[in-house]
Amino acid sequence: MKLVKNASAVADDWTHVADDDELPEGKAVVVSLARFRADRDKLVGRNAPLGLRLKSNEAPSSVAEDLGRIALVALEFPIFRDGRGYSHAVQLRQRFGFDGEIRAVGDVLWDQIPHMIRCGIDGFEVGDDFPLAAFEEARTVFTRHYQPDVTGQPTILELRHG
Amino acid sequence: MYRYDEFDQQAVDERVAQFRGQVGRRLKGELTEDQFKPLRLMNGLYLQLHAYMLRVAIPYGTLSPRQMRMLAHVARKYDKGYGHFTTRQNIQYNWPRLVDTPDILADLATVEMHGIQTSGNCIRNVTSDPFSGVAAGEVEDPRPWCEIIRQWSSFHPEFSYLPRKFKIAVTGSEHDRAAIKLHDIGIRVVRNAAGETGFEFWIGGGMGRTPIIAKKIRDFVPKADLLDYATACLRVYNELGRRDNIYKARIKILVHEMGLEKYSALVDEEFARSQGTVKLPDAEIARIQAYFAPPAYETLPATSTAFEARRFEDKGFRTFVRTNVHAHKVPGYAIVSVSLKAPGVAPGDASADQMDAVADIAERYSLDELRVTHEQNLVLPNVKLDDLYTVWKQLSAAGLGSANIGLISDIICCPGLDYCDLANARSIPIADELQQRFADLERQYAIGSLKIKMSGCINACGHHHVGHIGILGVDKHGKELYQLQLGGSGAEDASIGQITGAGFPPERIVGAVETVIETYLSLRHGDAETFLDCYRRVGLAPFKAALYEAR
Repeated sequence: MKLVKNASAVADDWTHVADDDELPEGKAVVVSLARFRADRDKLVGRNAPLGLRLKSNEAPSSVAEDLGRIALVALEFPIFRDGRGYSHAVQLRQRFGFDGEIRAVGDVLWDQIPHMIRCGIDGFEVGDDFPLAAFEEARTVFTRHYQPDVTGQPTILELRHG
Repeated sequence: MYRYDEFDQQAVDERVAQFRGQVGRRLKGELTEDQFKPLRLMNGLYLQLHAYMLRVAIPYGTLSPRQMRMLAHVARKYDKGYGHFTTRQNIQYNWPRLVDTPDILADLATVEMHGIQTSGNCIRNVTSDPFSGVAAGEVEDPRPWCEIIRQWSSFHPEFSYLPRKFKIAVTGSEHDRAAIKLHDIGIRVVRNAAGETGFEFWIGGGMGRTPIIAKKIRDFVPKADLLDYATACLRVYNELGRRDNIYKARIKILVHEMGLEKYSALVDEEFARSQGTVKLPDAEIARIQAYFAPPAYETLPATSTAFEARRFEDKGFRTFVRTNVHAHKVPGYAIVSVSLKAPGVAPGDASADQMDAVADIAERYSLDELRVTHEQNLVLPNVKLDDLYTVWKQLSAAGLGSANIGLISDIICCPGLDYCDLANARSIPIADELQQRFADLERQYAIGSLKIKMSGCINACGHHHVGHIGILGVDKHGKELYQLQLGGSGAEDASIGQITGAGFPPERIVGAVETVIETYLSLRHGDAETFLDCYRRVGLAPFKAALYEAR
């Protein structure tokens, strides 16, 4: 696996911790919602960044009041057809003002990356052979957009009317 | 008609380039068929029984002669010289080669057309009333709103991987020619007491294996909120719609299972939070509306003596006028329906030559405009009464003069097992046999207004649930069987047809329809009582008795 941010492969400072594994001392960890609920006080009391991994049927609204304590949300895409993560990313950014990393994990396709970026996803965990060209293309494939998105770039409607 | 500006053109051109890259990667084996599938589908490319099938959008059914000629060109150059107009205001080509498809889309882009989102689990091509802008009594031309929705829904980042496909239809009339109550979202343009334009929203309608009539969710959405309210409807669906079972994934099931009240409350909450996000400035509404300003109509008398004389003299023309010509909002003009239901031709099919012919006629006699209908016919929306006779003559010369709009032979029919991968039974041969059985036009007139709609499988592309008479082809132990449904309607009085009972084998289904017709003729209160009215009065029982008791 590799982590891609801003179209480059970068070092991953985060460790995904399974529900029954020990928390590594002083390390940034990503835990499941179930683990978070079970160990909430211990997790927020640690002196290290906390990340939360949400399944596609786990809405960010279920942890709304804790988002201020969370530095990364990993959204699972169990299969590319499951598009709930797009709405969850938009909600994290627009409704809850979440400004940490939103990371896509799971089944991500080349051509989905532009949409994911526009919904606020800024980290991608992909296979080692996943071409970086896909991320380059995502920046250029569409110059302008009809809909407003979390990137804040002006829409075609706004450009038309200055 | 709307014309692309530089932004619209750029978006479509970039989409073609993106698709060319995707096809290239597929041909080189860098994409598996499984990975390629959602990408090609979102560009309208299906894999069918025998070949690929390309579905091209005709947004809200409006078309220029130039665009129609391009559809003819595509049929000639890349296909077998014909195309199939569908029940969703699209055209399908049944024989393109994968390697050609980027070029086809590039050709289409030169006339502001595309296959974007004609398939896939996204917001599909928005459909509308084929008489938009010309029908008498319309509240407002719905097409500017359709165009606004088209743009907003194109490449929507959040709603491209919905639980299932999502269809939006818009009408501006009380009389519903767009079947809005059979759509995921149906929108009716309305005016409030203050004279402001707004939208009545209907939610969760659809056909398929679980037909449901849409429920009204809002009486009046102000125009500035159109896209925010639609966003809220879709966001709740995207999060909560079922993804465990493809047959329960449409929004109709969510709304049905959750209840309108609860769904509506969630939408209201989301709308309250996000209202004002998708800005729809008045200047943009005005810009788009300006493209749909009425064309330069001449000031004409409401009647035409030349037209009246021809109608008196020529029986064929009189017959055509009776069924295919409709009232126009402007005096001296008429709306002409062009039937694609000639005997021996698959319903909705048109040859490249016919497309060119109708483009020429539209250019000369219909103020440069054409429409396609969800009933798989074409429309010349702006024909002078004075020109009607010439138009009829020219249509007839092109094999497009069938005078059967709204009659029993004006059958809606999906491609069925002759083409479609999903079908369980053939539908085109049954439609053909029905047309032959009822070929006598006098008999068709005696029967009167009757919509037969036929699907070759449960997915209901042929809208059988809302046919006055619906026919559904099923597969029973490897044999084709046809179920009969009666009393459906896709109009403002929407209803789902009732199944008569056991299905009929291919050799008996046409006879069964004839039995239904004979029963209706024996029961009706005079010629004025249509099949649907009669059925609603007497119910299923007498039809059932006639169909099954004589066995």
